[in-house]
Amino acid sequence: MTSPSSLYPALLGTLSFLLVGLFVLSLGIGQVWIDPTLLWFSIGEPSSAEAIILNEIRLPRAVLAVMIGAILGLSGAVLQGFLRNPLAEPGLLGISATASLGAVLAIYSGLTAFHAYALPLSALVGAFLAVFLLQALVGRTGDILTIILAGVALSSLSAALTSLILNMSTNPFAALEIVFWMMGSLADRSLVHVFLAGPFILVGGALLLFTARALDALSLGADVAQSLGVSLQRTRTITILGTAIGVGAATAVAGAIGFVGLIVPHVLRPLVGQKPGRLLPASALGGAVFLLAADIFVRVIMPERDLKLGVVTAILGAPFFLWLLVSLRRRSS
Amino acid sequence: MTRITCKDVNVSYRSGPVLKSVSFDATKGQLIGVIGPNGAGKSTLIRALAGLQSYSGDIQWDGRDVHRMAATERAKTIAYMPQARTVHWTLPCLDVVLLGRLPHHSRFAGPSEKDRETALAAMSQMDVQGFAARPFDKLSGGEQARVLIARMLAQDSACFLADEPVNGLDPAHQISLMQTFQKFAQAGRLVFVSLHDLTLAGRWCDRLLLIEHGSLKADTSPGELIGTGLIQQVYGIETMDIMLAGQPTIVPAAVRSNASTLVPNQSDSF
Repeated sequence: MTSPSSLYPALLGTLSFLLVGLFVLSLGIGQVWIDPTLLWFSIGEPSSAEAIILNEIRLPRAVLAVMIGAILGLSGAVLQGFLRNPLAEPGLLGISATASLGAVLAIYSGLTAFHAYALPLSALVGAFLAVFLLQALVGRTGDILTIILAGVALSSLSAALTSLILNMSTNPFAALEIVFWMMGSLADRSLVHVFLAGPFILVGGALLLFTARALDALSLGADVAQSLGVSLQRTRTITILGTAIGVGAATAVAGAIGFVGLIVPHVLRPLVGQKPGRLLPASALGGAVFLLAADIFVRVIMPERDLKLGVVTAILGAPFFLWLLVSLRRRSS
Repeated sequence: MTRITCKDVNVSYRSGPVLKSVSFDATKGQLIGVIGPNGAGKSTLIRALAGLQSYSGDIQWDGRDVHRMAATERAKTIAYMPQARTVHWTLPCLDVVLLGRLPHHSRFAGPSEKDRETALAAMSQMDVQGFAARPFDKLSGGEQARVLIARMLAQDSACFLADEPVNGLDPAHQISLMQTFQKFAQAGRLVFVSLHDLTLAGRWCDRLLLIEHGSLKADTSPGELIGTGLIQQVYGIETMDIMLAGQPTIVPAAVRSNASTLVPNQSDSF
């Protein structure tokens, strides 16, 4: 019996292989091609201009693409499994929107001028505010529809407040900076960003991976999951907290990057035999691969015009998603 | 040792009381049918026994409060199958059944070879072993029901709580399911089944709990229940009571002309 379960190790292997390949390619590709192996000899003490570019520009960018892509894919898979809704994605809970609002406030108020950490930190504060609000709104009921609606309400409110700030902004440069930041990008990030977001993304990711078994059980509905020994309340808390910490940190350093968390789990689900738990590691790897590829694409297609990553993931993502929906429908009918 | 004790169990929804002061106890080795008209509170009682429902009163398994049991331990004691037959995602049937083994393997380990064997054995018990690799949503309603029953059996708990498990099964599979439950009960487990089919209930159950408007109207063996005329009164029907293979059997025959249950909950004050 060659069920998808026997193909699972092969899938993870292929994704890991792609990940390593794209990572090396991402180091090499830019306005000038740099031999990625140079990094090996220059870590710690870069001696040439090329080595400095590798160490201080390309490496952080590639590492961030891996981390952020992984957490977006992973949290998308967890949210889809937890809410048992294939339309769920990290943006749904309002966490990306509140994190953006925090960042925008930092830019608008001029806090960013004082300290490099001001922007990511206030984005994180925004993400955590979202968690507390969500927990308060959802309360002890844990009803799926309530969670989704609360997330939608939170998103709309944050988007409206962000627009209000743009609206009020007297400084056109600040407004432009805000707009560009919101598009989402990995350009010009440094190792500072890696070290700032890294721990949060790791903790958030570890929390999210912990839900695998509960998500499997939830395929049979909340009641049966509970009768199989799953605590719904704990699962919900871990899901919301892990998403907020991980996606909050990702948004804090890269802005809002849409569609990764929606598409990646969708594409991989049939390949892992539909099991929500098995989808998690695959989606983390797949998200990293997707974002690395998109970030390389951004640099190749228009090297001179700082094309924003978030714009590209949406432009590539939305039509692809539509195609996927139509082809799935055709196959099932 | 499996023993359940219910003392003065009450459940209320916002719309009113659903279970009123239900008390009974049961030990292993019994196949217990939960019967009663639509909306009587059968599902609520089963959910309460499974620890899925908040209630006032006492529900204890072997002397421990059902809400206080450790989650894994409770899962090893009680397996529950709801009336709704939802499986999210189009999982292959074997994976659905393997979910019943979750309480038995450690958090990060997948199902072992033994889990797989148990799952396949449960599947052949329900005559669905041929569907192992088939996606669940491609099966017919009755086949899906049998896969979900296999899922519950695979959990290998001391007690099974099944909410209307025979719905949608053809007669052969209905009878073989009741026989399976009877075998499990005789092997020392405790099985609760809610049923609408009074014929099956009378023929296969050792004991029947008759519920009307949330109250336990009768708690006795099928043979004795038939003599009381309570079934006819609670359901508002006329029945033919016959002996079949030495078992008392109830066959609903006609609606009573003055059937009060056609206007349900009239006696309830909201």
